[in-house]
Amino acid sequence: MSEPFEPRIVAFFCNWCTYTAADLAGVSRLKYAPNARIVRVMCSGRIDPQFVLEAYASGADGVLIGGCHPNDCHYIEGNYKCLRRYDLLKRVIGTMGIDERRLRLEWISASEGDRVQKVMNEMAAELVPLGPLDLPGKQAAWDRELHGAEAVR
Amino acid sequence: MADKPKVAFYWCASCGGCEEAVVDLAEDVLGVLDAVDIVFWPVALDFKRKDVEAMPDGAIVAGFINGAVRTTEQEEMARLMRRKCKVVIAFGSCSHMGGIPGLANAVGRAEILKFNYEDGPCVVNPSKVHPAPEYEEGGHKVTLPVLHEGVRALDQVIDVDFYLPGCAPTPKLIKAAIGALLSGKLPPKGSVLAPETALCDECPRKETKPETMTITEFKRPHLAVIDPEKCLLAQGFACMGPATRAGCEALCPTGNMPCTGCFGPTGRVMDQGAKILSSLASNVEPKDEAGIAKALSGIPDPVGTFYRYGLAKSILRRRY
Repeated sequence: MSEPFEPRIVAFFCNWCTYTAADLAGVSRLKYAPNARIVRVMCSGRIDPQFVLEAYASGADGVLIGGCHPNDCHYIEGNYKCLRRYDLLKRVIGTMGIDERRLRLEWISASEGDRVQKVMNEMAAELVPLGPLDLPGKQAAWDRELHGAEAVR
Repeated sequence: MADKPKVAFYWCASCGGCEEAVVDLAEDVLGVLDAVDIVFWPVALDFKRKDVEAMPDGAIVAGFINGAVRTTEQEEMARLMRRKCKVVIAFGSCSHMGGIPGLANAVGRAEILKFNYEDGPCVVNPSKVHPAPEYEEGGHKVTLPVLHEGVRALDQVIDVDFYLPGCAPTPKLIKAAIGALLSGKLPPKGSVLAPETALCDECPRKETKPETMTITEFKRPHLAVIDPEKCLLAQGFACMGPATRAGCEALCPTGNMPCTGCFGPTGRVMDQGAKILSSLASNVEPKDEAGIAKALSGIPDPVGTFYRYGLAKSILRRRY
């Protein structure tokens, strides 16, 4: 009896806006899909593309980035840096065979708890038909083509 | 008279440039030949694999292996060298990070075989024959190594003691490495035998690098005139300098071309391509999606540009 696929999402939320909005969603007792594991960063501009790639390589099926709306960044320009990196990062993961729907960037301000609910539900639903990404499993399967020391006579 | 220390060279998925780099030591190579006994070097000397197999394990002081690991034979030879050599040095970008052959990981084995044996513009192969690991004719069986599904760096197959980065490593770096080996003054195991700073630090154009870099567009190096004095990034060329380890003395910028990243990242970085992506993208000027996309469209192939040498060692490693 196989269980339905529950996508595992890693969410990087900026402290000042999106993380606070997620907190508001909690305090408001808004129900939403529990698929995301939230990592708080001080600013979406802190998000190193290595974090996103490492999330996939560690088994995430999707990565969600949440930051302040343009012009509202607590550190003035950090969210613009995030937006610029997001353009290239989407292209890179696309070339590497990862469906672009597995990476999502949202601007969610501190008062938009309902938007957190909406985005979490939407993303979880969108990832279900895509199936698990399972990079660790795929890499392990690929590495089984190596013969190991016994192959040398 | 004590025996000279034995060294060996081997090449996996390689272009031969690293072998040439050893020869490029010019007169200094004579000093090397004086000090060591080369017991295996397929491109230059007539020793055979069975000669290496016959040696006791650890009999060879240092094995320099260049080239990425792409076939079953290369995997076997890498493991053989690991057994017979006390110290294994990954020599050059391909063994260090997968190198240019690593770009095959953005495509995939099936597609590569299909293009090269069926669809390529110069291919005449109506029966669509692909290379086979075994073939029998007239009672004789011949074999070929099998292409792995993807390209690997050397340390993804065997334990590696040191890395000599570069495509190819410079004669200066090679001399320093051999000197360190022979004198026994080696850094900790796993070290890359080049400085820990980024290339910008060594670049002769360093003074012209602006405090705030705002890039409005990226230009292709072959479609624009490159100013030989100014910082290449500031001119709008995708130079990998900020994300690349120093040690080559900025040969490419000195030759009026942007750095392509062949020395790999510094020790503090996991994924060189991701770091340069981050650096270049965050410095473009526009703040709106359309403007950003336009500015970044000057980099038509981000994977090929940012992961030119390091795709096999990147976090994703290959296309899925």
